[in-house]
Amino acid sequence: MFVRQASAILRRYIKTNQRLKAFSTTSSSIDYPGAQVIWSDKLSFTNSHSYAPIPTYRVLNSQGQIKNASEDPNLCKDVLEKMYKDMVLLNVMDKILYESQRQGRISFYMTNFGEEATHIGSAAALSVDDLVYGQYREAGVLLWRGFTIADCVSQCYGNKEDGGKGRQMPVHYGSKKLNFVTISSPLTTQMPQAAGAAYALKGKNKVVICYFGEGAASEGDAHAALNFATTLDCPVIFFCRNNGYAISTPADEQYRGDGIAARGPGYGLNTLRVDGNDVFAVYNATLKAKDFALSRNKPVLIEALTYRVSHHSTSDDSSAYRSTEEVAHWVTNQNPVNRFRLYLEQNNLWDEGREQEWAKECRKNVLTVFGAGEKEAKPHWKEMFTDVYEEMPDHIKTQMNQMAEHIEMYKDKYPVKDFS
Amino acid sequence: MALNKLSSTLLNNSLVFKELKNVASVFSVRNFFNYYPTTSTPAEGPTKKLNMVQAINNALDITLQTDETALLFGEDVAFGGVFRCSLDLQKKYGSERVFNTPLCEQGIVGFGIGVATAGSTAIAEIQFADYIYPAFDQIVNEAAKFRYRSGSQFDCGKLTIRTPCGAVGHGGLYHSQSPESYFAHTPGLKVVVPRGATQAKGLLLSCIRDPDPCIVLEPKVLYRAAVDEVPIDEYLTPIGKAEVLKDGDAVTLIGWGTQVHVLMEVAELAKTKFNVDCEVIDLVSILPWDKDAVCKSVRKTGRALIAHEAPLTGGFGAELASTIQEECFLQLEAPVARVTGFDTPFPYIFEPFYLPDKWRCLQAIRNLLDY
Repeated sequence: MFVRQASAILRRYIKTNQRLKAFSTTSSSIDYPGAQVIWSDKLSFTNSHSYAPIPTYRVLNSQGQIKNASEDPNLCKDVLEKMYKDMVLLNVMDKILYESQRQGRISFYMTNFGEEATHIGSAAALSVDDLVYGQYREAGVLLWRGFTIADCVSQCYGNKEDGGKGRQMPVHYGSKKLNFVTISSPLTTQMPQAAGAAYALKGKNKVVICYFGEGAASEGDAHAALNFATTLDCPVIFFCRNNGYAISTPADEQYRGDGIAARGPGYGLNTLRVDGNDVFAVYNATLKAKDFALSRNKPVLIEALTYRVSHHSTSDDSSAYRSTEEVAHWVTNQNPVNRFRLYLEQNNLWDEGREQEWAKECRKNVLTVFGAGEKEAKPHWKEMFTDVYEEMPDHIKTQMNQMAEHIEMYKDKYPVKDFS
Repeated sequence: MALNKLSSTLLNNSLVFKELKNVASVFSVRNFFNYYPTTSTPAEGPTKKLNMVQAINNALDITLQTDETALLFGEDVAFGGVFRCSLDLQKKYGSERVFNTPLCEQGIVGFGIGVATAGSTAIAEIQFADYIYPAFDQIVNEAAKFRYRSGSQFDCGKLTIRTPCGAVGHGGLYHSQSPESYFAHTPGLKVVVPRGATQAKGLLLSCIRDPDPCIVLEPKVLYRAAVDEVPIDEYLTPIGKAEVLKDGDAVTLIGWGTQVHVLMEVAELAKTKFNVDCEVIDLVSILPWDKDAVCKSVRKTGRALIAHEAPLTGGFGAELASTIQEECFLQLEAPVARVTGFDTPFPYIFEPFYLPDKWRCLQAIRNLLDY
């Protein structure tokens, strides 16, 4: 306490001393160090109603038409096709893995329904060299980067092909090769980490993108991250998926300001709010954010408004807290995949025949891979003890050896044969 | 006119500051230990008389010089740190590498993990160990588990967290804590506590180089009191290895940080009062800890006393005691004794009654011998 106080006094002394030079007795205003001063003789509150809501940027309307031609990202045919195909693939994988959890074949799953455009639009605007930090509902970003269905299935099964060695729950993906930092369950912890990674990668022509939900934005780590990123000039894109719900908690129980976007300027962040169901709006925003972050070494906040069509997870039945009509509205009228499909069809880049064909191919692919992944052995049980540290310390070696002796004696009591 | 007035106010402020400093020196006169300097040199080459602050500064300087990715950050580190550990480093290495962060511990550690994951060396400072808890989630759920959960695809091994800990004479509840046992319960972390200037430099350099995330708990009362002849060149003090500071055959005394010096004095007292030779062990490393060194000593002496400033219940002494019991059961002549802080918050005016001082330790040795 003493040291904090004393050092605060010292700092104040030094700071004030420096400011003496700027201090003028004739000036009618003094610059407080804490903020820029604009005097007012009217006493009034400032609140979220003092400003208009931050506008939501949109390129494709709900009929799949580009309203303002100057906003057309002019992507080539192959890219557009991959974007759409990855969205559909993601949908098919989600349906099959969700069902497989219902059948008890995997322990847990989280689908991405309704948020496909946020994944694919942002991923397409970045390079695979850009580092991604996610929350858990960003599988589309991985698919875009080349993570295969087999990679997803291996992780969900925790089989020996899983890069994570079967240690984490399903959907906690990660890939060093694809610069996608392994997902962890604690919400928002990745946000200040993304700021730190961006700081370290400064000058290497890479940005860091960090995805999080609007619920996660209530965590202290979100505050830490946004403030660190601005004060330390970190080239990071904070990408908020505001899908209206954090499990059962609707957004109006999460915050009372103008969403997450309105917090950005409060931290000194350049901020964009986009229609998260419009893949082009997301693409353009992410591209602009990347360009800004790289050229200025500064962070950008993107809030993508969307709707969580999915249940929160396989452990959740969302009909307990929202109406089926509400969900149906978003599935039918505001579906990001359908909207993009309308655009493609209107531009003769897609048709019903190709739709049927691709859906069938995806289904076949996912089912085949899923079947193979299910049969694959789990990693050796000794992998439970590795990677706690880079080198296994003696006390962990001892515990591993004790377990080996135990298993030797009680072989029939453990599922040893499922583990390679 | 106003300028003069302001100047004189500032002058008064600086007088107040000097006054505060005097008060502080009165407080720190009430020392609860005598410092036993390290006399053996861990490295060849020239040495210099340095206190712990200077030794830490020297280790940071070496790191920033030899590792161009190394970053040093935390609250108030830019002007040299509230304990002066980062003095002049910003001047030398620039504000891109040595910098202040906003006042937010969870941010500091999260940011440090990110820096380390991206492949740079991150040296984060938490101003007092008492304020590390806002970062507990980042340390325990993130830093410690990063390598394991990713199947070693990602890690944050290049992260080192430095933080001042322990009693300081007048720190009260939030400038005195010893949180080592909270972290000892977390696989994936390495936790060390230096007992003086020599170890502070060697351990800090080891932690910075170590491929796993490390926490260095620096007993702040030693910052200026601990003066050693410290090698100027780089050297590494091994993590996970205890040090036998004094040979003996009657009782094994185990401590870390400042408490080691208390135990050294207690060993001398035990020699004069009871005519016995106690073996004194500096555990050095809390996680992983040196079971072999501790058990080897206790098998020889048959008696063990563990002393730490942190509270008794759930303190790291409990881990040592149960392991000693398990490994040295047949050699034990008396139950393992623990002399620790009490199961209360760390008090302000009652500090002299709270600490596991030499008299409480001496009495415990007597009880062990009489058992």
